[in-house]
Amino acid sequence: MLADITLGQYYPGNSVIHQLDPRTKILGTLLFIIAIFMATNTVGYVFLCAFVMAVILASRLPVGMVFRSLKPLAFIIVLTMALHFFMGEGEQVLFEWQFLRITREGLAMGVKMSLRLVLLLLISSVLTFTTSPIVLTDGIESLLNPFKRIGVPAHELAMMMTIALRFIPTLIEETDRIIKAQTARGADFTSGNLLQKAKNMLPVLIPLFISAFRRADELAVAMEARCYRGGEGRTRMHELAYTHVDVAAFVLIVIVMAIMAVLRWWPL
Amino acid sequence: MSIRLEHVDFTYMQGTPYEKQALSDVSLTINKGEFVAVIGHTGSGKSTMVQHLNGLLRPSKGKVFIEDVDLAGKDPQIKACKQKVGMVFQYPEHQIFAETVFEDIAFGPRNKGMSEEEVEQQVREAMNFVGMDYATYAKRSPFQLSGGQMRRVAIAGVIAMKPDYLILDEPSAGLDPGAKEAIFERIMKLYQARKIAIILVTHSMEEAARYANRILVLSKSRILLDGTPGEIFLHHREELRQASLDIPQTVQLVELLRRGGLKLPEGLLTEPAVVAAIKKVRGLH
Repeated sequence: MLADITLGQYYPGNSVIHQLDPRTKILGTLLFIIAIFMATNTVGYVFLCAFVMAVILASRLPVGMVFRSLKPLAFIIVLTMALHFFMGEGEQVLFEWQFLRITREGLAMGVKMSLRLVLLLLISSVLTFTTSPIVLTDGIESLLNPFKRIGVPAHELAMMMTIALRFIPTLIEETDRIIKAQTARGADFTSGNLLQKAKNMLPVLIPLFISAFRRADELAVAMEARCYRGGEGRTRMHELAYTHVDVAAFVLIVIVMAIMAVLRWWPL
Repeated sequence: MSIRLEHVDFTYMQGTPYEKQALSDVSLTINKGEFVAVIGHTGSGKSTMVQHLNGLLRPSKGKVFIEDVDLAGKDPQIKACKQKVGMVFQYPEHQIFAETVFEDIAFGPRNKGMSEEEVEQQVREAMNFVGMDYATYAKRSPFQLSGGQMRRVAIAGVIAMKPDYLILDEPSAGLDPGAKEAIFERIMKLYQARKIAIILVTHSMEEAARYANRILVLSKSRILLDGTPGEIFLHHREELRQASLDIPQTVQLVELLRRGGLKLPEGLLTEPAVVAAIKKVRGLH
């Protein structure tokens, strides 16, 4: 039931990729996305695919699971491909029927565009599969820190995200419990029209809201009791620190970008 | 007239890295008229087990029968059978939602399809059972009541459905001793008046010894022991220790007194019995 929902998609592990600093992974993913958009020719795409495959293997995640993360966006990938196939401009016509025209260029473009999307999704799934939501938030906070000067409330944003993430499983559990309790009292959540269904949800929603407010209140008191005053002068329990593995990762991603640049502007 | 589990296995989040087996090969029969206490350390599978008894959880393997109806089958009676089993969850006051005490208690009976007169009758009886005056409380908002009173409302909400089997998951958690006593007094009255089956999940060995006539000990997702309080608490001390449980304080006290030379009879379990025995030995009345 509801308890079976995993939050985000963190898959615990101990691989090199898991051990990387979250900032390395976030920046690395961004840089790699830029590299994806530098690709123009076949060699470039083959190289990118090989690199993504290598990263997935290095993360020791079940490969099938990583690819399954494409499923929610499969429709968009297929649509992109189809649009390029049938609408693409080009000289070498392969097939023509009324307003539909498939050209060699359109075909190539369709494959390239959907491949870009696939690579983009795969690499960002590796990021969320190998980084727990809390660590990810820490990384984002640390990366946003320089923008504090122009008024970005980095710490507050990160704290809000952390609290929200922290309470999602709790509230899911609570919802599950209330649904079970009301089911045991004969509540029916499946039959009736839309209005009826919405009304049937009230016995779940009201206790859920009450408990969410109660928890928020308790949390606020607990934080104040421990003298929480916002981010000013706050130290952390787990300091983020770059290690030599992160340096190696950055060197690697810069090399990848350099190779992509060479392939783009000085093709073989 | 019984609930039967046959070789039930249950695994949470099957097929994910968080997979956890909560029950393995659990078989048992609970008959009407029994008062069963389910004890076990935290995470031993108690709550998971009782949620199988009314079909809230479906076993990963094995079968559940309520009065010989297979809950996984296609029998049209399944829904009616599930409604014979009432369940009071931990902290049941957190599931209260209605504007008045009456409306909240009436939720279950209405879902069961009773007529308005029947509903009112059941609400009156249930409130009476938990010791709340109908005229004073029926029209009040449940959210203005104290914690102990809210719990009584929640328990009344389940009792009003006239269950043949009543599951109580730690009904006394977080209550003061007076409120605990009051709740159990009502439960015993209900048990004796309606001859239903009570399944009580508890961490308190004293409650188990005092109220139940059968005890199930769960350990590491299996049934470790199943017997009367006398058998379990007087003869299986070592097993209980290994399951991170203990014998009731009354039994420990009797043991100390006997070692100290007081000639108390064997087999004393409950507080009233111990008090009576000490009075008798010392010639007090």
